[in-house]
Amino acid sequence: MSSVQADPVDVLVEVRDLSKTFDVSAPWLNRVVERKPRQFVHAVDGVSFAIRRGKTLALVGESGCGKSTVARMLVGLYAPSDGSVHFDGKDIAATLSGKDAPGLRRRMQMIFQDPYASLNPRWKVRDIVGEPLVEHGLLTDREELGTRVADLLRSVGLSAADMEKFPHQFSGGQRQRISIARALATQPEFLVCDEPTSALDVSVQAQVLNIMKELQSRLNLTYLFISHNLAVVRHVSDQVGVMYLGRIAELADKTELFARPRHPYTRMLLDAIPDIHMTGRPRIPVQGEVPNPLSPPSGCSFHPRCPHATQRCQQERPALKVQAGALIACHAVEEGRI
Amino acid sequence: MNQALLEVKNLRVEFPTRHATLVALDDISFQIAPGEILGVVGESGAGKSLTGSAIIGLLDPPGRIAAGEIRFDGRRIDNLPYDEMRKVRGRHIGAIFQDPLTSLNPLFTVGQQLIETVQTHLAVSADEARQRAIRLLEETGIQAAEQRIDQYPHQFSGGMRQRVVIALALAAEPKLIVADEPTTALDVSVQAQIISLLKRLCREHGAAVMLVTHDMGVIAETCDRVAVMYAGRIVEIGPVHEVIHSSAHPYTTGLMGSIPAMDEERDRLLQIDGAMPRLNAIPHGCAFHPRCDRAFDRCRSERPDLMQATATRAACWLHAAELKVTA
Repeated sequence: MSSVQADPVDVLVEVRDLSKTFDVSAPWLNRVVERKPRQFVHAVDGVSFAIRRGKTLALVGESGCGKSTVARMLVGLYAPSDGSVHFDGKDIAATLSGKDAPGLRRRMQMIFQDPYASLNPRWKVRDIVGEPLVEHGLLTDREELGTRVADLLRSVGLSAADMEKFPHQFSGGQRQRISIARALATQPEFLVCDEPTSALDVSVQAQVLNIMKELQSRLNLTYLFISHNLAVVRHVSDQVGVMYLGRIAELADKTELFARPRHPYTRMLLDAIPDIHMTGRPRIPVQGEVPNPLSPPSGCSFHPRCPHATQRCQQERPALKVQAGALIACHAVEEGRI
Repeated sequence: MNQALLEVKNLRVEFPTRHATLVALDDISFQIAPGEILGVVGESGAGKSLTGSAIIGLLDPPGRIAAGEIRFDGRRIDNLPYDEMRKVRGRHIGAIFQDPLTSLNPLFTVGQQLIETVQTHLAVSADEARQRAIRLLEETGIQAAEQRIDQYPHQFSGGMRQRVVIALALAAEPKLIVADEPTTALDVSVQAQIISLLKRLCREHGAAVMLVTHDMGVIAETCDRVAVMYAGRIVEIGPVHEVIHSSAHPYTTGLMGSIPAMDEERDRLLQIDGAMPRLNAIPHGCAFHPRCDRAFDRCRSERPDLMQATATRAACWLHAAELKVTA
């Protein structure tokens, strides 16, 4: 069995053919008067992957590729249009509508990108971090709650005295630690991190990434890590999925993906990153930009920018197939042209 | 070294507030040679954008230049009256800002904006100005420039808009371009295109660039020299390769170590504990000493100026000690 397909016992989160379509049609009156058709964006289109317990899967891609939409569907913030998400063997859509919903929500938490917008400015840190505990009825005694919040703050490198402060008294990196402490409050097994460090400066980013890695090995956490920064992804992940216009272009183990990127888009992304160890490196930038998701190109959606595109790529959409130890959706790789 | 194009000497920028006067930039000195690309890096709040604004004379009030001078081509420009400065800005010093959406006027076509800039600074007819505008758009890699010149900014994508902004900055053939985070709002694949475009055009037009960014990768690939800023001061300045690979200031070393690298695997990133001080609480002595693991008594009491280290100039007492030992 290939390394990209996990042993089923080991899998904590499994996503099968997940799709999300958003209705972006003009209002009804405009459609009638101006004879405009309904319009849909396929933000996520048939995405499948599995995350093993205690491991990190990273999704990378440029803005608009659907990576955040996947994250939101995984924690149940969006309902999938099609496909399913299984958590510990159970379908989350069914569980979240049933009476076990709080139990499931306790086991998965999310960390958002913007530490300024994701903390309530009118609440003290004590209430922010303690809220999930109260909400789930895990701790009701105020004193116990205080002790637990202090423990949580210490585990992310803050001090117990910070409990009585408000979010505005903290820097961006400290706020992101508060978000992490809040996410850890209910002792979840699975954390969805949507660009947790992209709003932070590099030295602070290093602090937050180090804490996240430490917590993972200590608490055996499973992460879905969303980022557009491949260097960060390389640092934190075990497996990497590269997304382009709502679909996975390549999914492989980290070492494999960075050592031997196969899909032309992955190669392009890796080539495009400015690296501090490559002073004065000449390079040929890829032409073009990400197409408008409202009217994605036919066939393989990357073909207008791909140097290896043929007529087949224009007409036929490549499926994600196991090729040389990785899952790759590319005709050129399949035909052995690259 | 030949005559510097831009010379900044002991620049100090203050923001008077009700409670105290905040010193946002303190004793900043550097030079840019003609055709050179100088990178300015630092974390948010270090004062890198403010340095750019001070040079192009666009400090937001109540911020003001309290001391020092800025010379462009030998002429002092920091004390010019508003109207005089307007003639320098755009004509001799071009500017590119971070957000291509807000630096273009949405109510005018890109052509109108380009032609206005060309005609403000150069004595050319409307027809010539239009031809020039089309040529500029073509140079920045915009396809079918003759048609696109009459389109509005919203009809361009983010990367294309930033190309228009670069065309605008180059319109009057300035000798210096101040680019403030020109690629931060763009996706990586587009960022690479814009950086190489900026580099190529500035070389072709012989323009020097002051590139302000927080992205060390961009600096490494683009710049000749780099200045590292911390809490309103330059802590290290030198050739880009030396600053990255054999930095002399502990802050620079920490900053480089905290960047996840593409070509090597590390279990833990190097981290600098703590955060940059706020402007109203800058520590005595070296501003970095509370976070520095090599700090000693002198760092706590006395502030270091830039001094010659091995390959760069760094504001760090460690190098004063070294000099004494070798001498």
